[in-house]
Amino acid sequence: MLLGPSLAVAAVLFAIGVAGVLIRRNAIVIFMCVELMLNAVNLTFIAFAQRLGVAGQIFVFFVMAVAAAEAAVGLAIILAIYRHRESIDLRDINLLKG
Amino acid sequence: MTHTAMDLVWLIPILPLLGFVLNGTLALVRPAAKTAVSVIGVSVLVAAFAVAVVVVRALVAAHPAAPVVFTYWQWMPVGTLQVNAALQVDPLSAVMLLVVTGVGSLIHIFSVGYMREDAGYARYFACLNLFVFFMLTLVLGASFPVMFVGWEGVGLCSYLLIGFWFNEQINADAGKKAFIVNRIGDFGFLVAMLLLFQHAGSLDFTSVFGTAPTVFRAGGPVITAITLFLFLGCTGKSAQIPLYTWLPDAMQGPTPVSALIHAATMVTAGVYLVARCNLLFALAPISSAVVAGIGALTALFAATIALKQWDIKRVLAYSTVSQLGYMFLGVGTGATVAGIFHLATHAFFKALLFLGSGSVIYAMHHAYHAIHSHEDAQDMRNMGGLKDYLPWTWVLMWIATLAIAGVPPLSGFFSKDEILGAAFARGGVQPVWYLFWALGLASALLTAFYMTRLMRYTFHGPNRTGEPARPHLHEAPWVMTGPLLALGALSALGGVLNLPALVGGGARLEHWLAPVTEAGAALLPAHEASRGTEWALIGVAVAVALAGMVGAFRLLQPEALLPARLAPAETGFARVLWRKWYVDELYDAVIVRPIQWLSREVLWKIVDVRLVDGAGVNGAAATSRALGWIGSKLQTGQVGFYVAVFVAGVLVVLRLAAR
Repeated sequence: MLLGPSLAVAAVLFAIGVAGVLIRRNAIVIFMCVELMLNAVNLTFIAFAQRLGVAGQIFVFFVMAVAAAEAAVGLAIILAIYRHRESIDLRDINLLKG
Repeated sequence: MTHTAMDLVWLIPILPLLGFVLNGTLALVRPAAKTAVSVIGVSVLVAAFAVAVVVVRALVAAHPAAPVVFTYWQWMPVGTLQVNAALQVDPLSAVMLLVVTGVGSLIHIFSVGYMREDAGYARYFACLNLFVFFMLTLVLGASFPVMFVGWEGVGLCSYLLIGFWFNEQINADAGKKAFIVNRIGDFGFLVAMLLLFQHAGSLDFTSVFGTAPTVFRAGGPVITAITLFLFLGCTGKSAQIPLYTWLPDAMQGPTPVSALIHAATMVTAGVYLVARCNLLFALAPISSAVVAGIGALTALFAATIALKQWDIKRVLAYSTVSQLGYMFLGVGTGATVAGIFHLATHAFFKALLFLGSGSVIYAMHHAYHAIHSHEDAQDMRNMGGLKDYLPWTWVLMWIATLAIAGVPPLSGFFSKDEILGAAFARGGVQPVWYLFWALGLASALLTAFYMTRLMRYTFHGPNRTGEPARPHLHEAPWVMTGPLLALGALSALGGVLNLPALVGGGARLEHWLAPVTEAGAALLPAHEASRGTEWALIGVAVAVALAGMVGAFRLLQPEALLPARLAPAETGFARVLWRKWYVDELYDAVIVRPIQWLSREVLWKIVDVRLVDGAGVNGAAATSRALGWIGSKLQTGQVGFYVAVFVAGVLVVLRLAAR
């Protein structure tokens, strides 16, 4: 039921997420874009679950749990960086430069 | 297989190996324990001799037609190449066993006296025991590879013992020279082994000699190549032209080492190899002629050099080279028995001569040492008249001299005469052997001459040692003269081993060695000399020997000789002989220096410095540094850049996966 439109929405959402990660410089926004990509994948899972069985729905729960854990850790890191540098602009955070 | 006393054969090499391990340990832990070292070093050899006697007695009792092979374990099972660690007892190895352990025991006993005051006493005996172990492996090995282990091992011990006093550059150089020159010969041995395996499919003596007459076409190129490469190995180990130059230099080692390794045993390994492979050489007439020709030529060439040497050991060294030439003349002619006979008698009288010279050097060294003089203790110009001081050595060395000169009825007469007789007889079939016979006869003349010269300059005439040193000259202790006496008896009576039928003897060695030689002898052209010819040959040989000795007495004037430090330089042809025909200089100019130039200018300065170090080692470092620099530039630290690359990568992978 509505598989094609659902997948189309998921694809658009994912593309928006990728574009956000690539373009934006603010760590919080990038973080939110990553969440957007995760949810686009979740939508794909749900859509396919209609056809291929309940396993897709189970996966969605796992993805949510991991996303929650990731959000906790990721936000903590961003907070720590902000306290350290007074900035969350990714262009300033380039310690790994070779 | 029933158990016989022959089963004990493994003990014969193991005993000296045990001696090496114990003495080697003592050399490292307690080098001053000289009594323990002497007891171990000598007793293992005497025990090995006793076991050898037991084994040979069992062999005599059984008298099997085929060699008795004892296989202990698989050594190299590689496809069709099956090499076992196996020993073999047959009449030929039995003769070698008795010579090696018997003469070896006597020389070990002599060493106890000769080396007593040396700091490296334990190391010396360890090396000497190790040498005997390898020599016994060489003569007992039942296949070419096992023999090769012994062959290489004796070379190693020879190197270790020539450079025994390695603090002096000249000794270390002599050891190195011996080792390197021998490598050239060993290469020949290896190539011969590989060719043999390629064509005969096996390396065991029994199977190679069993199949050789059917596998190889007599006189064909393959068998000729194999035997010539084998003989190249022999020229290295047994000091024949063109690889003989290491042996005279090897005299830098202790004198008992010269007696054991460089006169009695190791250098005869080549003769043993040709005798062992007499069947292969019988199949290759060209190689046989080369062996006999090189042998005869070496005999004469070395004898001419011996005429003008002043160092007593050098005279004996060239004499050894010359006598080895005789042995090769014998085995090359196909007279394997005569060659082995001369090998045995030569081991007796040459060991006696070397040990006698050791006794002389010992006395001279102690006399000069007592007065803190640095005169040369080995130069005959510093000797003279020693018969009053060393009476035993004098008498015994005269016996050996008469034996080597070929004066009947001493041992050397019979063996040398047998070789010359065989060469002359073969001349009836192939005339080139008349030339070899003539060369041999000429060297017999020179042998008698230079040995008499050595004896006269050393023991007769006025004493030139110098007034202060003279009272310190005295005979060596009994532990040294005892072995001399035993060797003197052997030198005098060794001829009974193989008395020819001509003088009513039984030719015992010939019958004894028949199982080893008959297959090869059957392939040779028949050549028998009549009794009249044989008597004539004996007459000529004796006349030549006596002429050489009389000539030395008439021509030389020990009274006119000056001590070494006052002696004028040699001139003219005598100088050419004294400088050994400039062969060392020739090799140096033609081979050594071009190789050194090539090594230094091309291999070192271009190949090593530029290619290996420059392009190879530093090049690899520079390349990885450049790659690393590029890689580090990729790391911008910008997360956005990483993500962009990542996304691009994912897209590429997806595109490829969707194909």
